[in-house]
Amino acid sequence: MGEEVKVFGYWASPYSYRAELALKLKGVSYEYINEDIFGNKSDLLLKYNPVHKKVPVLLHNGKPIVESLVILEYVEETWKHNPYLPQDPYDKATARFWIKFIDEKCFPTLWLAAWSAENEREKVTNEACEYLKTLESALNGKKFFGGETIGMVDIVASSVGYFIRVTQEIMGQNLLSADKFPQLFQWSEDFANCSIVKESLPPRDKLLPFVKGLIAKYQQDNAKA
Amino acid sequence: MGDEDVVLLDFWPSPFGMRVRIALAEKEIKYEYKEEDLRNKSDLLLKMNPVHKKIPVLIYNGKPVCESLIQVQYIDEILPHKSPLLPTDPYQRAIARFWGDFVDNKIYDLGRKLWTTKGEEQEAAKKEFIECLKLLEGELGNKAYFGGENLGYVDVVLVPFYSWFYAYEKCGNFSIETECPKLIAWAKRCMEKDTVSKSLPDQDKIYDFVLHLKKVFGIE
Repeated sequence: MGEEVKVFGYWASPYSYRAELALKLKGVSYEYINEDIFGNKSDLLLKYNPVHKKVPVLLHNGKPIVESLVILEYVEETWKHNPYLPQDPYDKATARFWIKFIDEKCFPTLWLAAWSAENEREKVTNEACEYLKTLESALNGKKFFGGETIGMVDIVASSVGYFIRVTQEIMGQNLLSADKFPQLFQWSEDFANCSIVKESLPPRDKLLPFVKGLIAKYQQDNAKA
Repeated sequence: MGDEDVVLLDFWPSPFGMRVRIALAEKEIKYEYKEEDLRNKSDLLLKMNPVHKKIPVLIYNGKPVCESLIQVQYIDEILPHKSPLLPTDPYQRAIARFWGDFVDNKIYDLGRKLWTTKGEEQEAAKKEFIECLKLLEGELGNKAYFGGENLGYVDVVLVPFYSWFYAYEKCGNFSIETECPKLIAWAKRCMEKDTVSKSLPDQDKIYDFVLHLKKVFGIE
């Protein structure tokens, strides 16, 4: 088809991962460029995302699309096979609701619970558990949020189901446990075991030390503030 | 589609609610407007938005849709051929969604700082607020609306804040028109449309509301 598809990302970023998973689910070939986001961002990245200067950036035939959720909607609308959003407007609105909930409540609070100071941790952890309970209710007995197959909510929930689970291992926390959240736990196992997901997730043995370092940095910055 | 099929739970000064009012008006969808007392939320609100307990809530044939950007997209998708808000081309849609998110992430919080803070914090908020508006002016360019010839998604997402501009200016002691004349011209152009002017409260009423809130929260 002569299409040029590139992704500017960062190997450990859950946001970057979403863009890649979406393209893989659609069977779209792309060139991946790893950005040194903690060091020197490339001129190209700054050119394609001047407002936020962040990854991921999707470049399709020279045109940049930024913000992971905007990218997911674009990929869905451009490559219409293997849809990961429902067709019905109400079901679509419901999916978008859970996506927003994960991004604005679940993920940030779970991340905060990982690195926050001792005296704040209990409160944040309780809040995180409430959000996990609510997220689990969205599964409603289904295998994936998208039903029988992975949908856009599953793609976004990978930040919780995989990246946060790895984080929790490091911190010795076990918020997303099988006994507290059996359905959600099972979902995270089923999700990570999908071949297309398995082959594209950043490997745990690389991610563990990276997240450890990141948490130390957050704790250090927070102590200084 | 009878009146009773569509209900909007809202709060008159909410810019998020205003977005939905404009979208419904653009699509000529008749609906019942229900004013919520946020200090005493109705059972209906708590039932229809149990996760966030917030307005606006759009109830369509008994089924709730929450979150203003999601509601605007939903309204656009159920009547795609009437006054379309998002373009049909995926890349143009991505641009519109990007700026919609930008407004959502920046303008409300910065605006809030303008009337709840003082001194250095307020000055920093003012500076960033103007920078954001200037970026939006850049995106508008020479177009009549962000949507081109007609109101589009970004127009609907941004214009409600215009009703709050007078309050921001009074509290922040600055003139938005001086800094961003193109944006004010755009806002006034939007206000010439009934769908917008009938969905936004008077700037004076918003300012009185802000003064009232300042008193209640003990903010000078």
